[in-house]
Amino acid sequence: MENAKEKYIEDLKVIRSMMDRSGRFISLSGMAGVIAGCIALLCAYLAYELVYEGQEYFSYRQFSATRSELLLLLALGTSAILSSLGAGYWLTRRKAKQNGQSVWGSESKQFMASFFPALITGGLLVLILLAKGFLGLVAPLCLLFYGLALVNASKYTLKETRGLGVIEIILGLLGIYFIGYGLAFWALGFGLAHIGYGIYMHLKYDA
Amino acid sequence: MKSIIEDLNKAFENKVRLGVMSILVVNEFKDFNSLKELLQVTDGNLASHIKSLEKLEYVDVEKKFVDRKPRTEYRVTEQGRLAFKKHIAAIEKLLK
Repeated sequence: MENAKEKYIEDLKVIRSMMDRSGRFISLSGMAGVIAGCIALLCAYLAYELVYEGQEYFSYRQFSATRSELLLLLALGTSAILSSLGAGYWLTRRKAKQNGQSVWGSESKQFMASFFPALITGGLLVLILLAKGFLGLVAPLCLLFYGLALVNASKYTLKETRGLGVIEIILGLLGIYFIGYGLAFWALGFGLAHIGYGIYMHLKYDA
Repeated sequence: MKSIIEDLNKAFENKVRLGVMSILVVNEFKDFNSLKELLQVTDGNLASHIKSLEKLEYVDVEKKFVDRKPRTEYRVTEQGRLAFKKHIAAIEKLLK
């Protein structure tokens, strides 16, 4: 009888692991979140130095940028996104291997198909706004669309991403309301929230 | 005790069949290669276990062409879902 019990405990483990692994892409790495957060903080600092040079730290700030400063900002943002994605991909691939999941399997495709539409829409919108000169909206809208993408994709990956998404959405809306403090909210959302959630998820799933 | 053992389903004694059912009850459908990758089994092994689930009418098979390549999709039937639920309930009762 005891043997039979052990077999069925083993069976329940198989059932749970298969349900988890087949429905969700569970190999997202927490460390990737921490790295992305650090990159974001560094970029926010560089952007701050670039844009708000000579203005006071915590008061309303006027944002004015010349064309070359704008291009520099764009390059900064793009390299932040690319290096975060690169680190994320590398760490996630490593974790996927441990989980016996494929980075390009049907679970990750489901995840990406629900993650990228909102993100790409937001990216294009931000580029249009930049071109039209609505600079103040750029940082909060990045947060808003990133949050929407996360909430939408959370049903296909670790469920904690939903909470992170909601935080990004709230910060995005606050950033629009308190326009002029966009970069501070951006640093909170992409920097601190990522680091916090990354550490939490690393401890919960990776350790 | 007896009734619990009767509720345990012989069809799900095998790990591969158990895995296939677990995957299919939480996904609308899965194709053959995804199942193979998730369960880490050989083609022949998976095919024979799926065949037996098919015979019991626990899974439905749909063959279609995607980009002119054949693809076989599997989904769980209502009957299969019920049988699987009953099996899990029996395991839980047994372990209590």
